[in-house]
Amino acid sequence: MSVLKAESLTKKVTSPEGMLTIVNDVSLDIAAGESVAIVGASGAGKSTLLALLAGLDSPTSGRVTLAGADLTALDEDGRARLRAERVGFVFQSFHLVPSLTALENVMLPLELAGRRDARAAAQETLGRVGLAQRTGHYPRQLSGGEQQRVALARAFVTRPAVLFADEPTGNLDTNTGEKIVSLLFDLNSQSLTTLVLVTHDRAVAARCGRLLQMDSGMLK
Amino acid sequence: MKALALAMRMLMREWKSGELGVLVLAITVAVSALTGVGFLVDRIGIAVDNQAGEVLAADVVLESGQVMDDKAVDEAKRRGLRTARKTGLFSVVFNGDASQLSSLRAVSAEYPLRGQVKLSDQPFGNPEFATGIPARGEVWPESRLAAALGANVGTQLNIGASTFRVSRILISRPDQGATFLELAPSLVMNEEDLPATDLIQPGSRLRRAQLFAGERSEIADFKKWLETNKKPNEEIEDVEDSAPQIKSAIDRSARFLRIASLVAVLLCAIAVAMAARRYVQRHLDSVALLKTLGATRGFVLTVSLSQLVVIGLSAAILGSLIGFVTQSWLVQLLSGWLRGDLPPPGLAPLGVGFLTAIAVLGGCALPPLLQLSRTPALRVLRRDVGPPPPMVILAFGPAVLAIAFLIWWVMRDVKVFAAFTVGLAAFVLVVAVAGWLLVKLTTRLRGGVGVSWRYGIANLGRRRTESIVQLSAFALGIMMLLVLTVVRNDLLGDWRRSLPADTPNFFFINIPSDESREFATFLEERGAEEVRVRPMVRARMTHINGKAVEDIQFETQRGRGFANRDQNITWSGELNRDNEITAGKWFSAEDAGKPLVSVSTEYFEELKLKLGDTLTFDVAGETQTAAVSSVRKVKWDSFQPNFFLIFAPGLLDGTQGTYMTAVHMDARNPKTIGDLVRRFPSVSVFNVDDLLAQVRSVIDKALAAVQSVFLFTLMAGLVVLIAAVQASRDERRYESAMLRTLGARRGTVLKGLLSEFAMLGVLSGTLAATGASIAGMYIARKVLQIPYEFDPWVWFYGLVGGGLLVCVAGWLATRSVVNQPPLLTLRGA
Ligand SMILES: Nc1ncnc2c1ncn2[C@@H]1O[C@H](COP(=O)(O)OP(=O)(O)OP(=O)(O)O)[C@@H](O)[C@H]1O
Ligand SMILES: [Mg+2]
Repeated sequence: MSVLKAESLTKKVTSPEGMLTIVNDVSLDIAAGESVAIVGASGAGKSTLLALLAGLDSPTSGRVTLAGADLTALDEDGRARLRAERVGFVFQSFHLVPSLTALENVMLPLELAGRRDARAAAQETLGRVGLAQRTGHYPRQLSGGEQQRVALARAFVTRPAVLFADEPTGNLDTNTGEKIVSLLFDLNSQSLTTLVLVTHDRAVAARCGRLLQMDSGMLK
Repeated sequence: MKALALAMRMLMREWKSGELGVLVLAITVAVSALTGVGFLVDRIGIAVDNQAGEVLAADVVLESGQVMDDKAVDEAKRRGLRTARKTGLFSVVFNGDASQLSSLRAVSAEYPLRGQVKLSDQPFGNPEFATGIPARGEVWPESRLAAALGANVGTQLNIGASTFRVSRILISRPDQGATFLELAPSLVMNEEDLPATDLIQPGSRLRRAQLFAGERSEIADFKKWLETNKKPNEEIEDVEDSAPQIKSAIDRSARFLRIASLVAVLLCAIAVAMAARRYVQRHLDSVALLKTLGATRGFVLTVSLSQLVVIGLSAAILGSLIGFVTQSWLVQLLSGWLRGDLPPPGLAPLGVGFLTAIAVLGGCALPPLLQLSRTPALRVLRRDVGPPPPMVILAFGPAVLAIAFLIWWVMRDVKVFAAFTVGLAAFVLVVAVAGWLLVKLTTRLRGGVGVSWRYGIANLGRRRTESIVQLSAFALGIMMLLVLTVVRNDLLGDWRRSLPADTPNFFFINIPSDESREFATFLEERGAEEVRVRPMVRARMTHINGKAVEDIQFETQRGRGFANRDQNITWSGELNRDNEITAGKWFSAEDAGKPLVSVSTEYFEELKLKLGDTLTFDVAGETQTAAVSSVRKVKWDSFQPNFFLIFAPGLLDGTQGTYMTAVHMDARNPKTIGDLVRRFPSVSVFNVDDLLAQVRSVIDKALAAVQSVFLFTLMAGLVVLIAAVQASRDERRYESAMLRTLGARRGTVLKGLLSEFAMLGVLSGTLAATGASIAGMYIARKVLQIPYEFDPWVWFYGLVGGGLLVCVAGWLATRSVVNQPPLLTLRGA
């Protein structure tokens, strides 16, 4: 069953050099539980495609259907509500709210989705990423790897239908990166989430079920 | 609810991390400045009002030419006000064969309710304060009356059917006025002695007055009551009528204070706007993240709005407390200078401070906050996307509205309001254009300078909007500080100098024309410099544009007074320096002998005249018609001889007039004046030392207030600087870390930063000095009507001081950037 579907997705932007097509007529269909890696040269348009698929940006033309909802038909707030319930994110730089503790950061998406058991669920997920002892720490008191683990916990805590990750190991050393990737795939297999992952790392890509090669805005 | 809880949690945390410092500081300083200024202005305003009361010997005076009943007095007593009575009438006073027409003042025991009577034991002698009023059977004749009659303490005087003993000589009384209309010297007596004199006959011309004094608010209420309940023949007397000098000084001091508080308000608005801007910049990432995680725009808005409300409220409460405490402390500090206690403050300034804080927050902080909620979620992937640019009207409209509202609220004067708003807008525009040019220019400069300069200059060019915003904030901030320091000092000095030590304190009226030369010589021989006499004659208006004044309804009591009372008039081809033509043209050489008259603005406005209107007067028994050819704004508090009406030279040459002059003489030399009164018995002498002292005291109070306002405003100015520097600090921090990672030495990075700030500082200093000079000129000439001399130091302070201040502030704020290990910065610590 398809959980994420793109039809003729195109994104054009105006730049000093004129009209640029950064995502060009991309169609894809991802089934529930699949793990997909998007790879390609820098500037190929991977992040842009990810943003379109997750509804963070709207396409110039084409259509995205996420968890049964037509993203292009929703307004910004509608897409936000959908994200709150069905989508998780992990980014290259860890994007934690600096003014909230690790626990509060993980609780955030639950609270936004209106869940009552936020604290317990967040605590439990933090335990699963091995940070049960660090719940009260603020992001700046955590190492890069620990911050990314908090981000992982936050992404999985809502049990999202789709998890988007944009170079989740890009800012980490090889060793830590590998640990994070392992954790990511463990969590993914436990919670049966669909994973869409942008990466430069061949080894990471190899662990995914499907590999999409992107070049100058097009899928090959 | 969820949003609120989250908002508060984030707020608490941000507060602990020092993130909110500048915003809280800006609002706190804004509110404390505004309430502090409000309290001071309020208290000093009350003190100045009381000063006005001294000119009337009461807070309110009700006058009538007929017998008055006790209705008003009973009402006043019911309201807990103090009351007194006085009756004025003219009668000839005899000392044996010598006689002199005198203005008798029969007063009740409570007189005076405000101010003090001064007495001496010889004419023109050293004054002492009186306690009470003359005992029955005793009188206090004024110096020149005593001198004219050859009377002294102990002399028996005959008034009407009674005989009185001179117990003291009257030196001055608070309500003696300064319009020089009453030429007869006065004599104070006990009102219980009046019936026995048999002077009160049917048909005798008496002026009766009831005096009232009390708390400010009570008096205001009572005055309203009087206005509706007084009889047609009763009039409420005004300070304006009896002593325009005091009125003039009070008005000027009020305007001075208003401008000082306005500068405080404007600076605070800039500080808050800059701090809010930084708050928004710091929260773009969090908002994008919240949205990515599924927060709607409404949720984000609730979060930031509730944060703003909490920050605003707590800063406002803290600010009012600080404002209150500081002003009490300032009043303590100034108590010597203010001569006497200030009344306790009312609570109104608290409300006003809060209101202003809300206006400033709503206008300057709300729009960027609304904008913040429009940050797209996409920012989590692409750091360069921010909120879409707002419509200009939404971004600046509220701020412009709020500032315009505040200017109006403070100034309450259409012309000044328009000048300020337009001037401010023009200044901002000029600064923005200059900023834009600078950015343009620096892009060109880039190739020709060393690496650190290139880095600094490149920064300016790249952060174009930010640079322009910063430049405007610096320029406005420095300009306000310049206005407050240099220009303020100049203005205060100029104002004080407008009443130099040799300001005329003696006015001589009624000098016979054939004795005028001799009179001048007499004074000059006794030390007076360059005595200039001018003609003066009494006139009463009979017609306006051919219509008899009795048939004209005047709207104001003052207008009725102008139309129905005698006026002192003069004629002259020379315009006094303290007179300014506001409409029409002053007499030219060809106008000599033409039927033209120049009127003062008060006269012009109260009688609703137009240029070219014809006024007909009874001048010493002859009818004289003249057309209004010009309007003069008169600075009554200059203490130079001034007139409501001046006729064209030559026109009245044939009139049997007298002369008048004003000179400065040491009042403690009673002999000269005594000799003079005996030598020229028909001349009326007026000593205005008391009035001068009162005006000087009004000035001193205003100066004290302005000085203290300055302290508050200085704080606001510094906050503006801090906020402006802080606004771009984060980006700088990141860049300098990058540069250092790339191998730039600390010195290079530091020089780069400094060169950027130096450029900003010098440019904003130049613009600020220009703005401050223009503002100073305008304020001096148009608002305060005092001469203003351009002060080249403004440029020095603006350029050097401004440049240095910006550099130091910039260095302090970014110092940590340069000193921090790059890794820490890049990791976002
Ligand atoms: N709004 C925009 N305006 C102009 N150019 C854009 C915009 N958004 C993306 N681009 C350009 O489109 C191209 C694709 O960007 P994108 O971030 O998707 O690349 P990427 O494949 O994620 O690269 P990387 O692996 O380096 O992260 C880049 O050249 C980028 O500069
Ligand atoms: Mg990318």
